[in-house]
Amino acid sequence: MRHTLAVLVENKYGVLSRVAGMFSRRGYNIDSLTVGVTEDPTISRMTIVVMGDDDVLEQVMKQLNKLIDVIRVTDLKSEESVDRELALIKVNSEVTNRPEIMQIANIFRARIIDVGSKSMIIEVTGDEGKITAIEQLLKPFGIKEMVRTGKVALRRGQKNS
Amino acid sequence: MTESTEKMTGARAFIECLYREGVDTIFGYPGGVLLPIYDELYDADIRHILVRHEQAAVHGAEGYARATGKTGVCLATSGPGATNLVTGIANAYMDSIPMVVFTGQVPSNLLGNDAFQEANITGITMPITKHNYLVQDANDLPRIIKEAFHIASTGRQGPVLIDLPKDITVQEIDFYYPDKVNLRGYKPTYQGNLQQIKKAASEIGKSKNPVIYAGGGIISSEASKELREFAEKINAPVTTTLTGMGGFPVEHPLFLGMPGMHGTKYANYAIQESDLLIAVGVRFDDRVTGKLKAFASNAKIIHIDIDPAEISKNVKVDIPIVGDAKWILQKLLKYASPSQSEAWIKRIDNWKKDHPLYYVEPATGNGIKPQYIIEQISEACKDAIIVTEVGQHQMWAAQYFRFSKPRTFITSGGLGTMGYGFPAAIGAKIARPDKTVFDIAGDGSFQMNSQELATAVQENVPVIVAIFNNGYLGMVRQWQELFHNKRYSSTCIQNSVDFVKLAEAYGALGLRATKREEVRPAIEEAIASGRPTVIDFIIECEENVSPMVPAGAAINEIMDLERKE
Repeated sequence: MRHTLAVLVENKYGVLSRVAGMFSRRGYNIDSLTVGVTEDPTISRMTIVVMGDDDVLEQVMKQLNKLIDVIRVTDLKSEESVDRELALIKVNSEVTNRPEIMQIANIFRARIIDVGSKSMIIEVTGDEGKITAIEQLLKPFGIKEMVRTGKVALRRGQKNS
Repeated sequence: MTESTEKMTGARAFIECLYREGVDTIFGYPGGVLLPIYDELYDADIRHILVRHEQAAVHGAEGYARATGKTGVCLATSGPGATNLVTGIANAYMDSIPMVVFTGQVPSNLLGNDAFQEANITGITMPITKHNYLVQDANDLPRIIKEAFHIASTGRQGPVLIDLPKDITVQEIDFYYPDKVNLRGYKPTYQGNLQQIKKAASEIGKSKNPVIYAGGGIISSEASKELREFAEKINAPVTTTLTGMGGFPVEHPLFLGMPGMHGTKYANYAIQESDLLIAVGVRFDDRVTGKLKAFASNAKIIHIDIDPAEISKNVKVDIPIVGDAKWILQKLLKYASPSQSEAWIKRIDNWKKDHPLYYVEPATGNGIKPQYIIEQISEACKDAIIVTEVGQHQMWAAQYFRFSKPRTFITSGGLGTMGYGFPAAIGAKIARPDKTVFDIAGDGSFQMNSQELATAVQENVPVIVAIFNNGYLGMVRQWQELFHNKRYSSTCIQNSVDFVKLAEAYGALGLRATKREEVRPAIEEAIASGRPTVIDFIIECEENVSPMVPAGAAINEIMDLERKE
């Protein structure tokens, strides 16, 4: 099972390495990890997607909490939170198939952010399923390169994570 | 001076901070980047123990911490000095011992350049410290030291490392020592949840076969008095782990001895047949549990621990109580009523009669029985602090010494560090000069840090090293005998060194006992000498630690390795 964790940490050098090191040394798998500063510049927020059953999740959360620089860990259950991911996809395109690709982008509310003679770059934001779907549709044209940010997520409603 | 704004260097501030933390002794070894700090130490009111290898500094600080409960402090230079501390830091981390470890570091402007004697010690020690710091501005130093001592000594205790680049030690600052720490990510729980405690109390009242399984947490939380009162009140037998030894008096009728691989048969039987296991300050280590699935499989489990991450880590727990063992035991004393254990206690007493720890004297009279030596030390000096190395002798000490008080057994439990005992014994003796301190050693382990004889002699620290000399790396040899057809691959070290001459070369007293009747006089002579002493006890060379649970077996599948009379 996949779980999404919101982890508030001190915005200090070495914190990412402490968190990543804990995962590798205890044998937990990170699917994705994003980190950035929050509304409070002394605090960074990590969104970590981790694989494992409930026992693994419990241990991961406890081990994260043991790190002195970790301020709070929240399990973001999908029904109570919103999440997004951004992807940039560089896809092969000739003059002839540009309209077709642009149509796909439109359907997904994606944006064309670069057009070259042989390729274009599409920016798409959404949940994981949406990004996978557009990726599948663009594959036949030939994806030259692709980058995904990994998931970011927030709990709905009250501020408590 | 506490009222801020005295100008001083980082090195001076370092000393001022140690004063404010009540540090009277540090164990260390100088080096290039530490020169400003050693210059300040030259007239500081702090005893500096100059070791002969940095590993001894960190083990020495740990021995000091374990003998007193205070936070141990050590200091080593950058690069190799720092990396030589790594084993000892890992040791303290595994056994949850409060320590603050200082390392020198190359100047900030050289960091990351592979400078002379540079090692990324904060990176290296990240997984083996509770927390660590690289000081980037000397103005942060007092706050960091305050935090380090706080983190090391509270919650689940452990080592904290502070890396000090040389420029930090010469930078001038306005000294101000904070009186509080503010760590928003660190708030250990001391008071257990009352509802959980009441639930536990009610299970205890219903229980017929309760067992208390207590560990190092009893020692760290100074809860041995509460443990005893609790056990007596609910009338439950007590088994203490290797690191919990001394937390419950060996001579108490409710005592079961140690559980697990080399525990007593009756401790293991009791755990396996119990209907309620009350685990206090333990972490269900594999050397205790054996085959996990079969461990205490009929019991409900109450787990009291200060570290929430230990709950249900290895064994599923029915009633977890997170908090300080002493606080929680006090509450349990109030709420718990006696268990219904009368028949159970009788059954256990029969197990004790039928399956005692035992050893058989050799008919030939060749070699001294190691268990006999431990018994003789125990008789000659009941209140001694027993420190050990790692191996067979360590198990014999845990099995046969009659411990009666906490902080009298100091041993490397989790990491199993050979070479730990002698420097830790020096640290313990410095902390408790009123106590007789023995290092129970093997001829293998002792050679891993025997250079510290120089430290003991120079600092006049009269510890007694009792070498159990069997000419083998005995514990590995035992496994080779049992599981590898007696193919003693690289475990024979016979006649490689004359320990009496070695002791004398350093200016220590060297004694030797080759026969049973020489044991007690050698012990008495060592105690009376008041000097650092090495006693070379020539023991039965293929004596095994018995009983034993083979790795991976259930703990009731425990076998005798000692021949019957």
